[in-house]
Amino acid sequence: MTRTRGFLLGFLAVALLLAAVVSYFASGNPDGLEKVGIDTGFGETARDHSLGGSPFADYGTAGIDSAFWSTAVSGIVGVLVTALIGVGLFLLVRRTSNRR
Amino acid sequence: MHVPDGFINAPISIAAGIVAAGGLAVCLRGARKELDDKTAPLAGLVAAFVFAVQMLNFPVGVGTSGHLMGGVLAAVLVGPYTGVLCVSVVLIVQALFFADGGLSALGVNIILMALVTALAGYAIVVALQHVLPKRRSSVVPAAVVGALASVPLAAAVFVLLFVLGGTADIPLGEVLAGMVGVHVLIGIGEAIITGLTVGSILGVRPDLVFAARRYEQELELRAPTR
Repeated sequence: MTRTRGFLLGFLAVALLLAAVVSYFASGNPDGLEKVGIDTGFGETARDHSLGGSPFADYGTAGIDSAFWSTAVSGIVGVLVTALIGVGLFLLVRRTSNRR
Repeated sequence: MHVPDGFINAPISIAAGIVAAGGLAVCLRGARKELDDKTAPLAGLVAAFVFAVQMLNFPVGVGTSGHLMGGVLAAVLVGPYTGVLCVSVVLIVQALFFADGGLSALGVNIILMALVTALAGYAIVVALQHVLPKRRSSVVPAAVVGALASVPLAAAVFVLLFVLGGTADIPLGEVLAGMVGVHVLIGIGEAIITGLTVGSILGVRPDLVFAARRYEQELELRAPTR
C-alpha cells in the first residue's frame, strides 16, 4: 500500500509540474474547433462564457501580472480541485458499491 | 474541442444534456465494478492528470493547436466507465472555474470528449487486444490506435450535432472536412501522449493499468496446469 501511495504521489507531482510549468510553453493558437469555426464562419456564433469574469477564467489568475505565475497558479489550483473532486467522487462510488 | 455557448441551439443542447446525464448515470453504475480500494484514488488522480495535460496545447499545422482529450488514456488506466467520469469531472471543473466550454454546451462537451472518446475509443482498444499478441505490452499499441481514432470520431459526432442544431448555416461538407481533417492531426498528438503515459505506467506499475488486467487473469489460469 505504501508503494501505491508513493506512485500516486509521484503521479500527482507530474500533473502539477505539467500544469504549473510546462503549461507556460503551450501553444496559444486557436484549437482545431476554433480554427474550423474561423475558416468556415460558424465561429462567429460563439457567445462569451457566462463565467468569463471568474478568477481563473482562461487559465489565468486574476491579480497576478506575471504571465508565468498567472498560468502556473491557475494550473495548480485546477489540478488540486480536480484531484479533490475526483478522489472524493470515486471513493464515494467505491463505498456505495461495498454496501450492496 | 471545448464547444462554447452559441454554436449549438437550445433544443439540441438540452437534448445533449439529457443524453449526457443518462450516460453519466450508466457510468456511475458501471464504475462500481471497475473501482477497488487501490484504483479509486488512482482514478481521481487520472482526472487531475487529464486536466493538466489538457492545458498543454500543441501546435498542429500553421496557426492551429490541439490538446489531449484523454478519454482513451483514462479508460485504459482505470476502465471505460470510470474513464468517462474522469474526463467529465475535468470538463465540469473547466466550465465552472476556467470559463472553458460553455455552460449550456456542457452536455455536448461531455458527449464528445468523455462519452465518445472513452467508450468508443476503448471499444477499439479491446477489439485490438483480441487481434494483438496476448501479452501486457500489447496494451500500448492498442491504446495508441484507440486514442488516434477517438479524436476524429469525436469531431465527426460534433459535426452530427452541428447538423442537428448548429446556429450557423454552413455547408455540411466544409465543416465535416475541416473538423475531421484537423482532428486527425490532433489525434496523432493524442496517440503519442496516450502511448507515452500508458507505456510509462505499464513499466512501473502494470497492476494499475485496467486494460492490462485481462492478461494477469490468463496467466493465473494457466499456471496450475504446468
